[in-house]
Amino acid sequence: MERKEWPLWEVFIRSKQGLDHRHVGSLHAVDAKQAVQMARDVYTRRMEGVSIWVVPSEAITASDPDDKAEMFDPMADKVYRHPTFYKLPKEVEHM
Amino acid sequence: MNPHIEYLLRLGDSSLVLGQRLAEWTGHGPVLEEDIALTNIALDLVGQARLLLTHAGRLEGAGRDEDALAYFRDTAEFRNFTLCELPNSGIERGRAHGACYGFTVVRNLLFFAWQAQCWGALTDSADRDLAAIAAKSAKETAYHLRHAADWVVRLGDGTADSHARCQRALDQLMPYCNELFAADALEEDLAARGIGVRGADLKAGWDAQVRAVLEEATLTLPAACAFTSAGRRGQHSEHFEYLLAEMQSLARAHPGAQW
Repeated sequence: MERKEWPLWEVFIRSKQGLDHRHVGSLHAVDAKQAVQMARDVYTRRMEGVSIWVVPSEAITASDPDDKAEMFDPMADKVYRHPTFYKLPKEVEHM
Repeated sequence: MNPHIEYLLRLGDSSLVLGQRLAEWTGHGPVLEEDIALTNIALDLVGQARLLLTHAGRLEGAGRDEDALAYFRDTAEFRNFTLCELPNSGIERGRAHGACYGFTVVRNLLFFAWQAQCWGALTDSADRDLAAIAAKSAKETAYHLRHAADWVVRLGDGTADSHARCQRALDQLMPYCNELFAADALEEDLAARGIGVRGADLKAGWDAQVRAVLEEATLTLPAACAFTSAGRRGQHSEHFEYLLAEMQSLARAHPGAQW
């Protein structure tokens, strides 16, 4: 008998307090409907969330780890891109 | 025994015993995700049993708590439906079968559809504690039922092998559903007092729900038969004592143990 792996899905959960769905892990499921159901059982059993997204893992295009040098290293010495050199007036409380 | 208490034991024991059966899958599920799903469901059922047995123990007023009722009663004192105690392998003799996922999900469908109807009716119970337990459990059961129905459709309408396994399960399990709906003096008494519900009143809703799933799953209902099991009156199948022995051995070997 042919034995195939079920496709892989990436799971994103939005917590009660959170505004955004965060990546929590992955799982195997036959289809999207089942993936949501299984995500509920695997990733929300301790009240972690109020909303679930699942995305086929194969739909995600990732950056190449070998490109790290050209992709990310150039940003290391450009501290001026962080807005940390401004003096904030006291009245602005939450920045 | 006080009929009110006995009625609570029927509900609580059915949840407890099926919870124990489903817990047998822990670590043996067909895939990791299902293993966790089924364990969650088993834990929900044990949670229902805890509430119901605690409530029964309080009404009894003899100092028995949930543990005393779950672990220190013997076979004939249990009031669960026979349906809930049948082994996960199915029940024919003479042929060794391992635990069958088809059998598990078909049984879950049949029982959870009953529970869904039952909790719905009991949310109006004159026993306010029971009504609250029913309202809480109804949400859990709605999910359990969805899980079971989903798998019955996938396996029933799946390969020739998975279809045959589900059909075999349905053929073996349907006769045990008669007990869910058969007329019964105790149930009649509790229903008349507004505490319980008659099985017969749950039949139409159960039928509609189960038939819809079976149709989508391309499974065929076996012809009706008159066999009626009597687990709810304490007359259990030969499979029950093994289940009880495993479930109770730890508590009986170490009475009062906590961890």
